[in-house]
Amino acid sequence: MLRYTIRRLAQLVGVVLVLSMLLFAWLRLLPGGPVSALLGERATPESREALTKQLGLDQPIFVQYFKFLGRAATGDFGVSTGVQPGDSALDIFLQRFPATIELSFFAILIAIAVGVPLGYLAAKRRGGWFDNLSVIGSLIGVAVPVFFLAYLLKDVASSALGLPSQGRQDAIDATRVTGFFTLDGLITGEFDATLNALEHLILPAIALATIPFAVIFRITRAAVLDVLDEDFVRTAESKGLTAPVIRRRHVLRNAMLPVVTTIGLQTGALLSGAVLTEKVFSFAGVGQALAIGFERRDYPVLLLLIIMATIVYVVVNLLVDLSYALIDPRIRTR
Amino acid sequence: MALLEVRDLTVVFQRKGEEPFRAVDGVSFDVEPGQTVGLVGESGCGKSVTSLAIMGLLPKRGTKITGTVSYDGTDLLKLSDREMRDRRGRDLGMVFQDPLSSLNPVVPIGLQVTEVLERHRGMARKEAMIEAKELLDKVGIPDPNRRLKEYPHQLSGGMRQRALIAIALACRPKLLIADEPTTALDVTIQAQILSLMKELVQDLGTALVMITHDLGVVAGLCDEVNVLYGGKVVEKAMRHELFAEPRHPYTHGLLASIPRLDAATHSKLTPIKGSVADNIPWSQGCAFAPRCPNALDVCVRVTPPEEDQLGRLLRCHNPVVPGTPAAEEVRA
Repeated sequence: MLRYTIRRLAQLVGVVLVLSMLLFAWLRLLPGGPVSALLGERATPESREALTKQLGLDQPIFVQYFKFLGRAATGDFGVSTGVQPGDSALDIFLQRFPATIELSFFAILIAIAVGVPLGYLAAKRRGGWFDNLSVIGSLIGVAVPVFFLAYLLKDVASSALGLPSQGRQDAIDATRVTGFFTLDGLITGEFDATLNALEHLILPAIALATIPFAVIFRITRAAVLDVLDEDFVRTAESKGLTAPVIRRRHVLRNAMLPVVTTIGLQTGALLSGAVLTEKVFSFAGVGQALAIGFERRDYPVLLLLIIMATIVYVVVNLLVDLSYALIDPRIRTR
Repeated sequence: MALLEVRDLTVVFQRKGEEPFRAVDGVSFDVEPGQTVGLVGESGCGKSVTSLAIMGLLPKRGTKITGTVSYDGTDLLKLSDREMRDRRGRDLGMVFQDPLSSLNPVVPIGLQVTEVLERHRGMARKEAMIEAKELLDKVGIPDPNRRLKEYPHQLSGGMRQRALIAIALACRPKLLIADEPTTALDVTIQAQILSLMKELVQDLGTALVMITHDLGVVAGLCDEVNVLYGGKVVEKAMRHELFAEPRHPYTHGLLASIPRLDAATHSKLTPIKGSVADNIPWSQGCAFAPRCPNALDVCVRVTPPEEDQLGRLLRCHNPVVPGTPAAEEVRA
């Protein structure tokens, strides 16, 4: 298990190196560039040239890349040119990453907390009205564009429910420790700050949760249907076990493997969803930074954020693969 | 009074938009305490459905069960879900055909034994573990302490079936139902499992309903035998009578289709022609008539009643009579 983990992490280093190279080239292939974004269409050729030189963009691309690698090794990922011009890319990452992690965490939590029980119930009542209704509901969940739902929640639900629909927290006096606003309040004892941050998370997290919810629901339903037909469930019934024991120990535990896989894969989808959701809710996270970064061709910020997102994705899926062994002894003892 | 009295048990599967299907059609039999009764027939004859109906394990939707299944005087078919749940595993135990798929792959063997002890005998986990170890020991699983911690895929097929038997007998039920318990096992293991079951039911005084297509199993184990065809009992006899003089042409055919070691080298095996799918509904005569070598005109017109004939219960217009050439085929 340890060797496996080490091998997977070593692979990750390779993935990051290759990805950084490709991204470096791809970003520079995009039409326009930071210079036009910063100076506008009507800048003089002289000023453009001066800025190009200042940013080091006049050098051959491989020279730029190796300089970047050299600086990155010392923790210097360059300076933002578009998202928050002048700030270091690393600072922007450190500010915004906790926001997106919080948002994604709550979104996936909602998706699991609703999707798994509903999927189980739908399977248990296969063909009944509840099953049909929730299957249709999950189809809508997948089909409705995230930004549409996000606007719906922001413009309609927020006033109806009295929930905030802008930003991560109201302008209250809160101490920053980790950058995770919900945690900071708990650490410093400023519980109202945590509560405020949680309120700000509800609507964007719901918007972001719809697609993973729908996918988790459908996979759970299918997995439970498969397991319910298994002989060992009949054996469990023949022992006269109570319904909760059969559900937990015999049905759900066996149905979890595909569900956990899906949860891992959905973390990737969460990030692309976060771009839209954060934009709609003016939520200062990685997604919003990516959107602005692309508009303004902020090479250093885009590079760092995309690589970090990749690392998160790979690590989450590594954790998923490791959790298989916890769930299924056939993998553990092979 | 018999421990189990099954009377006119009928199971009809009705799916939306489909013809209702009578899987079991008026089956009656008794099981005395400690007795072993066989239900014998080809696949599709209704023997497994009978056992699941007794256990209350058939799906509620689309299934209509009529008749009575009285256990110690209580009609199990009239019990609520909850009451039946209390009895399953405690009063009635069941062993299934495929021991690998019948055990939960992600739960250790130990917990699969103890959970039934905790449920019905009110034991705490620790106490149940000690009892589980004794149970595994009793069913002949070596090194039970280690096996308790292992998972089904780490055990051999025979061990798994032993574990399932231990689970089914954990609460000392008065009735054990075994549905083809040896079919999925190697021949050598089959014999071991059968002798284990024989020994255990004798020791514990458990009555056993043995469901099988294998007349060899019947010969080794059963006191009384019910031969099923098309969801009905066609012949009911004590074991030695049945083997000595099969009366129903179907029973006769089953016995004739067993290869024999003492037969002449080039003698032909006599299979029953056709397949179960050829049968006609019992409402239009004898279901076995299309495959029956003894069939008369009356067989396809009149449904044979169950009656005492030639000293046993039979459902046939033209049974095999001892001394005729057809009968001699089997006896030879």
